[in-house]
Amino acid sequence: MSATSHDTRGSRRTAAGTPAGAPGTKPSLRARLGGRQPIGMLFVSPYVVYLAAIFLYPLGFAVWMSFHSYFFAAPGVEVARPFVGLANYEEVLTDPAVWRSFLNIAVFLVINVPLTVVGSLVLATALNKKLPFRSFFRTAYYIPYVTASVAVVGVWMFLFNSGGLVNRVLGSLAPDPSWLVNSHLAMPVVAVFVAWKQLGFFVVLYLSALQNVPNELYESAAMDGAGRLRTFWSITVPAVRPATLLVLILATITGANLFTEPYLLTNGGGPDGATTSPVLLMYQRGLQQGHPDQAAAIGVILVVLITAISLIYRRLVERD
Amino acid sequence: MTTDVTARPGGERKNDGTAPEPAKKGPRSIGSRIALLIGAFAFLFPFYYMIIGSLQKAPDSSPAGAFPHLDNLSFRNYTAIDSAISLGRSLVNSGIFTGGVILCTTVFGLLAGYALARLHFRGRGSTFALVLLVQVVPFQLLLIPLYVLIVRDYGLADSYLGMILPFAINSSAVFIFRQFFLQLPPAMFEAARIDGASELQILWRIALPLCRPALLSVVLLSFTGPWNEFLWPFLVTKKQEMEPLAVSLANYISTVSSSAANPFGAILAGACVLAAPAVALYVIFQRHFTSTDIDSATKG
Repeated sequence: MSATSHDTRGSRRTAAGTPAGAPGTKPSLRARLGGRQPIGMLFVSPYVVYLAAIFLYPLGFAVWMSFHSYFFAAPGVEVARPFVGLANYEEVLTDPAVWRSFLNIAVFLVINVPLTVVGSLVLATALNKKLPFRSFFRTAYYIPYVTASVAVVGVWMFLFNSGGLVNRVLGSLAPDPSWLVNSHLAMPVVAVFVAWKQLGFFVVLYLSALQNVPNELYESAAMDGAGRLRTFWSITVPAVRPATLLVLILATITGANLFTEPYLLTNGGGPDGATTSPVLLMYQRGLQQGHPDQAAAIGVILVVLITAISLIYRRLVERD
Repeated sequence: MTTDVTARPGGERKNDGTAPEPAKKGPRSIGSRIALLIGAFAFLFPFYYMIIGSLQKAPDSSPAGAFPHLDNLSFRNYTAIDSAISLGRSLVNSGIFTGGVILCTTVFGLLAGYALARLHFRGRGSTFALVLLVQVVPFQLLLIPLYVLIVRDYGLADSYLGMILPFAINSSAVFIFRQFFLQLPPAMFEAARIDGASELQILWRIALPLCRPALLSVVLLSFTGPWNEFLWPFLVTKKQEMEPLAVSLANYISTVSSSAANPFGAILAGACVLAAPAVALYVIFQRHFTSTDIDSATKG
């Protein structure tokens, strides 16, 4: 899509550029091989080389590793890394801890994604009006997003530990065991934490989508006597559907990358592994226990699942 | 995967002046104002509490402790966290890591964005496709192979280069520069070409001085990423004197804090130091921040 718009812009530029550029230039071999400004190749070459070395090669390496027996050896030592077919996948898929981590992330997504979508759309709709202190509210919502997870995790620990402010306020209603050490509540707290932290970004995303909803739609709805809820449901929600798809996909990708929160907030995936995420497990399996091949297999499975979920979202959102 | 969805909202993003919805006065908007206020409280209170907690001599988690009490205030926690993780050293490491990322992102992004917008060369279409592709490669998949390559094979553990490498290019930066140069009138560049300027001169003398707004956006965009990043520098650093602040604070939270006298106070003091630069930059330059993030999110 963007590539197409890029091409049209390019040709428009060509039309403007030809009369000026034509007189002096000879249609040289150089121009035919490299284009009108072959120096462009030089300009993009650092980027492309980087891309190949830091993204494309490791990408292929990850998939390769997941089909081979790979372990850490001393640098420079040649070791055999035999092809083992699906053995790594078999190993991780028969491991209850791996299943547990995928189940955990499913619990996370079921809580986090709806909360993110509904929360950010409601706040964006409320913000998309003339009201006092509008930019104050926008700033307030965005601040957690620009702050390091490590920093805000500290406050959440202070708030949610067993003697923390939240439990003091709740008094006898406080859960026992407390939030972060309760295997039923720990993952929901992590999911709410991440939703809280990311919400500002999605509010801004929805705000920009709302700018493009034609005013006439609201005017005619008001003429027909539609109430506020009705207007929200029948006009706003369908109008921002492309943005909703983007929010769904981005929130899911963020959730699937979960690492810092279970590592710190719940002390390394506890209690009883209730918050161990696949990425945390990849770190433990791959780097702590020395099975990078199995970790790579978990990574491949995770990415395949996310892609599948994104395609399902797309189906669901674009159907009606 | 996400491009076609988003091409639309990004294109016509405009200022925050007038909202499309007619302003509604009266009782009907009270509900949404209350929602906004509750929201703002929920978003800001933890930050307020972070500052209060960092100043308390003894941790006071009672509701009354949420208000400042003069006799319980001190900067002791800041000295405690400083002696535990060496704030200065950590800040220098964070600064070098972040500065290196900003420099690389800007230089590579500017060159690629300018070339993609204004130059005709073989491979331009495929380069652009590649830039889009990077946006959908998930970091989880790259985690293990990048660790093997950078830390094991190239021996870049405990080095700034090892921290910077995976973040040194950023497709969002390329998009921001490309978008900016596409908006400029082509005649400007053609005129310079007729005058016999080389492409490098055009870039240096014309494009670079013009692109300050885009440059600011890219710098801000690439600040928060490395400054806040935990996982990658955590994997790369083994020595404490190389750890950026996010990593040293996280290590303090997960290990040392149990033995400290007022662990929460020290953690929150470190958290304030870690959070302050990013929050300050955002509050000062928020207009640039919001627009870049939408650009990067919706153009990708």
